Amino acid sequence: MGTADISKVTKEELSRMMVGRDVQLQVEKEPAKPGEVVLDVQGVTMHNAAHKKDSVKNVSFQVHAGEIVCLAGIEGNGQTEFVYGLTGLEKLSAGRLTLCGQDITSASIRQRSKDGMSHIPEDRHKHGLVLDYTLEENMVLQRYWQPEFQNHGFIRKDKVREYSDRLIEQYDVRSGQGSLTIARSMSGGNQQKAIIAREIDRDPKLLVAVQPTRGLDVGAIEYIHRQIVAQRDAGKAVLLVSLELDEVMNLSDRILVMYEGEIVGEFDPKKTTVQELGLYMAGARRQGKGE
Amino acid sequence: MKKNKLSRAGLQGSLVGVLAALLCILIGLLCGYLVLLAINPAHAWSDGFVRILKGGFYDAPYGVGKMLANAAPLVMTGLSVAFAFKTGLFNIGAAGQYTLGAFGALYCAIVLHLPWFVCLLAATVMGGIWGAIPGVFKAYLNINEVITSIMFNWIGLFLVNEIVYGNGSGVMYDSRNTRTWNLRKTAGCEGSVIPDFGLNDLFQTNSTTIAIFLAIVVAIVIWVVLEKTTFGYELKAVGLNKNAARYAGINEKKNIILSMVIAGALAGFGAGLYYLSGVSEWNPLNSTSLPAMGFNGISVALLASSNPIGTVFSAIFISHITVGGSFLSTKYYPTEIADLISGIIIYLCAFSMLFRGKIRGLLFAGKRADKANANAETAPAAVKKEGK
Repeated sequence: MGTADISKVTKEELSRMMVGRDVQLQVEKEPAKPGEVVLDVQGVTMHNAAHKKDSVKNVSFQVHAGEIVCLAGIEGNGQTEFVYGLTGLEKLSAGRLTLCGQDITSASIRQRSKDGMSHIPEDRHKHGLVLDYTLEENMVLQRYWQPEFQNHGFIRKDKVREYSDRLIEQYDVRSGQGSLTIARSMSGGNQQKAIIAREIDRDPKLLVAVQPTRGLDVGAIEYIHRQIVAQRDAGKAVLLVSLELDEVMNLSDRILVMYEGEIVGEFDPKKTTVQELGLYMAGARRQGKGE
Repeated sequence: MKKNKLSRAGLQGSLVGVLAALLCILIGLLCGYLVLLAINPAHAWSDGFVRILKGGFYDAPYGVGKMLANAAPLVMTGLSVAFAFKTGLFNIGAAGQYTLGAFGALYCAIVLHLPWFVCLLAATVMGGIWGAIPGVFKAYLNINEVITSIMFNWIGLFLVNEIVYGNGSGVMYDSRNTRTWNLRKTAGCEGSVIPDFGLNDLFQTNSTTIAIFLAIVVAIVIWVVLEKTTFGYELKAVGLNKNAARYAGINEKKNIILSMVIAGALAGFGAGLYYLSGVSEWNPLNSTSLPAMGFNGISVALLASSNPIGTVFSAIFISHITVGGSFLSTKYYPTEIADLISGIIIYLCAFSMLFRGKIRGLLFAGKRADKANANAETAPAAVKKEGK
């Protein structure tokens, strides 16, 4: 398609050459209208027994309704552990978590889910799906126990099918045999779409999305970004954890940079640059301690 | 119309499963016949192969009664292993749980003179406890259940033998027969024998009771639990992906333990069915071998590809050819030939995935082409959507 000098070419030019059309790297969105505090994180610390050190150190921040807060950082700086602690997969060693005024510090995973937390997990094969279950069984993974889908402990298969068919239709999840497709046989993008459909459709107050577009093609990424922005516009609080700087810059209303388990800076994506974020992510700079 | 198509897909799956199992059986029988030919060609057909095939019917109705009496506990140990398989665990400890179950049943019968259903319950509870131990180890310490249950097989066997034998003077031990007391012939124990409602007269046996029907009922219950309930949904989710189950708020530790408790309880119940029917008595001097019923359960579960309903059929089949084998004339053939045939069949079960693929290819080749076309059709639609 062409040859370009590395020192002169821009990312936009390079994308155009690779894809063959102008790529919309920017996500279209209105300015955020933050509401009440949905998630309040106070002094969260987590200890990693294997490495004998704290993987998350005294992290505090808030997420408001109607805003996307992004936790940015290079992989392995405590984001994964923090999300485990937030969602209840692991215990905190110190700190307090409050969701909509309710203390969920030591609540069970199920309780957090009942209180309005949805979680798009980092690893869709490890946490997000039971790969050998059918699509419909995966669609109710977080809800099978609700009265809508069970009656005295017996699963109401007709309701599950109805619900799953609706999600597939509404969120455009493509698969060979619809609700009866084994999740393992689906493409990565459609697996992720199924998870997103499941987590968004629960109408959460807080959506925790961890690397929601990892390993997906451009079309799926655009779709997922639009869904996340739509959630924000519907007044949900969104906590996005991402390693992709473009995603961080495009999607978020507020950026928190995490380095070695600590939050080292808070930024407005409109007033910062990728270069500045990069310096903070690499630990070369930090706010509050003077430069 | 869509619904119709979907249910057909499920039916296809079951049909292919059954055909694959039948193919395993057919090839297994053929191999068995070749072995019979090799050992003694002159008698291989009528004195050998036909007798095995006829199974209990060779000496009906007595043989059929015997076959059913043996099938009942086999259904249960098969269910025990199949249930564990379905929930992602390998319960190789069915033999040990069976041993403890036998002890529970016999203790309640011989020492406490309790009615049969209480004895059966005791067997179930004992089996469940013995299953719980590997479950706890697995859930909290992540120790492989295979290792713990094998060890607890032996611990259970020696423990039970020691208690029953009691240096030759155990209360449950009949030193004249070197076995536990015969329930039917011992005063006070008659109420502990599972009722037969005339089955013994019908089959002219003395150990054919309603045990087989109880086993079938349990198999149906297990199938319903696994396929229709939220509890089964949780158990299978934990078995298939522990992490995802945990993510979904399922208590995976509790479910692992419960799986093993239920698997153990099923094996224990099987032992109750066997010993409370009085098929035979416990021999504490036979201290070097675990009850074969436990390990045969693995074969039964494999042949049924862990389907609880299939377990009933595969247990009856295995029992059928085993009884058939016992009718072989020892002049010509060792009775173990039936074990050999069932061994070959089980071995072939390992290939059943391969058979399934072949059968599916043969039967549904035309339909698959349709499906590929259907997939191709969706693509242009997708392009249109994006174009908008």
